[in-house]
Amino acid sequence: MSQSGSPATLARKAAIVGIGATEFSKDSGRSEMQLACEAVKAALDDAGLHGSAIDGMASFSMDNNWENEILRQVGGNELKFFARTEFGGGAACGPFVHAATAIASGLCDTVVIYRALNERSGLRFGSGQMMNNSPLDPNIINFSHYFPYGFMTPAAWIAFSARRYMHEYGATSEDFGRVAVAMRDFAATNPNAFFYQRPITLEEHQGSRMIADPLRLYDCCQESDGAVAFVVTSVERARDLANTPALIAGARQSIVKESRMMTPFYGDSLSGIAEFDACAGDVYSMAGLAPDDIDVACLYDHFSPWVLPQLEAFGFCDRGEAKDFIKDGHIARGGKLPVNPHGGQLGEAYIHGMNGIAEAVRQIRGTSVNQVAGVNHVLITAGAGVPTGAAILEKG
Amino acid sequence: MSQASPAEILERIKPLMHKRVGPYNSWNPVTRTHIWQWCSAMGDNNPLYLDDDYRGTHSEFNRDRAVAPPAMMQMWSMRDVHGNDGPGSTTDNLFEILDALEAEGYAGIMAVSYDQTFHRYLEEGDRAHHYSTIINVSDLKTTAIGKGFFVTQLAEFMDQNDELFAEAKITYFKYQVPKQPPGAKPSSTPTKINRIHPVENHDHEHFWQGLRDGKLLIQQCSDCGKLRHPPQPMCEHCQSLNWTTIESKGKGTVYTYTVMHYPEIPPFDYPNAIVLVELEEGVRIVSQLVGTKPEDIRIGMPVAMKLTNVQEGMTLPLFHAADNA
Repeated sequence: MSQSGSPATLARKAAIVGIGATEFSKDSGRSEMQLACEAVKAALDDAGLHGSAIDGMASFSMDNNWENEILRQVGGNELKFFARTEFGGGAACGPFVHAATAIASGLCDTVVIYRALNERSGLRFGSGQMMNNSPLDPNIINFSHYFPYGFMTPAAWIAFSARRYMHEYGATSEDFGRVAVAMRDFAATNPNAFFYQRPITLEEHQGSRMIADPLRLYDCCQESDGAVAFVVTSVERARDLANTPALIAGARQSIVKESRMMTPFYGDSLSGIAEFDACAGDVYSMAGLAPDDIDVACLYDHFSPWVLPQLEAFGFCDRGEAKDFIKDGHIARGGKLPVNPHGGQLGEAYIHGMNGIAEAVRQIRGTSVNQVAGVNHVLITAGAGVPTGAAILEKG
Repeated sequence: MSQASPAEILERIKPLMHKRVGPYNSWNPVTRTHIWQWCSAMGDNNPLYLDDDYRGTHSEFNRDRAVAPPAMMQMWSMRDVHGNDGPGSTTDNLFEILDALEAEGYAGIMAVSYDQTFHRYLEEGDRAHHYSTIINVSDLKTTAIGKGFFVTQLAEFMDQNDELFAEAKITYFKYQVPKQPPGAKPSSTPTKINRIHPVENHDHEHFWQGLRDGKLLIQQCSDCGKLRHPPQPMCEHCQSLNWTTIESKGKGTVYTYTVMHYPEIPPFDYPNAIVLVELEEGVRIVSQLVGTKPEDIRIGMPVAMKLTNVQEGMTLPLFHAADNA
């Protein structure tokens, strides 16, 4: 685990004080711009702030909604800071790193973070048809060595690593299935989840059809329409607001030299997630915390197999032992490290990981429908298989 | 929107077919002025229509009577700009069937075909009217723009003696407008879907050209000698921009694999086995594994490359189990 320069400068300088979301659906029936505005307005209302308080914005490069358009509509006047993060769902933590950095440096005071997408009714990432033909697009250049073979879906790319993980550690499809069963169990008691009241059994997981061997249907997250937004502000300002602040205690982005866009096939190991191995130590040391301090984890669960190496990278169990950790029930309801109590992207919705971060804030506040008792620290991660990031939120 | 089944809808509208509706009368007789306006607007300079001297040299035409271009056939008995039919026209609803389909939720309309037959020229002084009959309604059809019915109308264009001078068969498609426009997806076009062609930019073209030339080329740093794949311009070990290539023997072992089942993306056959091959030269490459049953694929199994021309301009290094080589 690496140690960066003086990361303590952004630790606990900023806090999430507002969360907002649209409903999660398969067909929102409105534009991504409207979804973004609705979620941002809801987050501002939740924070008890007017749009004019915003002076910074951060989002995903993949988001189709420009900052100026949203700012104007939600009643804002001026932005001093705006930043985007590349790499699909790997961008879920970057905006919080950027917001905390900008606030800690004094560059701005209140940053809105948003992600809005019609991923089900619009462009479906799993369709194998999302790519344009621009020779200047780094995505196309990267994927050119895979698309001619039909190797063109996220599930198939992830399957390479899942197969290696099984090979090296003796994990089975059932071990992946236990992740899906735990997420669907949480979703079953979350009225906002698409799979509300629809839990699955391990047998149903094993009976679900093969998508990209070894990934079965229930190993794959949903496709969803929706938006999630956050208001991040300085710790000083957060004290004047009504909500319990969720302090950004530690946060870092992570690219390593082996990183590729969804296709990290050329490093020494495919059974781990090199980006999380690299950043976990910094995130803990920045926050002055250890794995035992984490009460809940909201991990990026686009595909169930990659929850396992995340548990290992962040020190909740040893390498190769996540399957046993999960089998012992630790990530499920009532476990010692409940993972994704909202149901995750497997159970609630696929909003590029942002709905998981909203759940982390609710757990800190004590307002989740699946509230875990006595939550002080929640670990959040962004997408795996891509340049990514992680953060720890702390009850302020 | 009605929940009536296509069969119920057809049952209901079939009695409205074969009803000859008309006449639709003209507001004016055929005149030289109308013909000139039309020819001028359309840029039709055929001397037959308005050049009396030209017509005078052709015995089948009357020198003094301007001839109407055949394509003007439907304009003589058209409604005026206020939507009113000529004096004495029927008030029956020609579009009864289209209205009925609209009421069932098939609101979209698209003109599909217009087959015209001309029996004789109209001349100055003639007077036209027409009749209209719905002669066919298809079963429910699924098309790229939605589901609907093809409706064919026969228009009979008659002169003042009730003799047919032209007729037209006009087919419309009355369809349910999908909520999401189908966009540019060429799902209904009969053109063959090809594999997506790779980007052959400055950094990558040598690899794809090599395949077309019958060689699997691996990039090699000219300074430190390390191999690398996929291609990139700078050596990650010594930062040299100088590179050459070596020809791989195309032999290796499966480092990992997946078998793709869903979604089935054209033009690939499913299940589609994809392998990450560790080549003997020491770099990994992604490809398809052909000829091995999915259940027989193993990590570590030896494989060999066969350069395969999969489509015009695309040669790929496909792999198969080395034992079958």
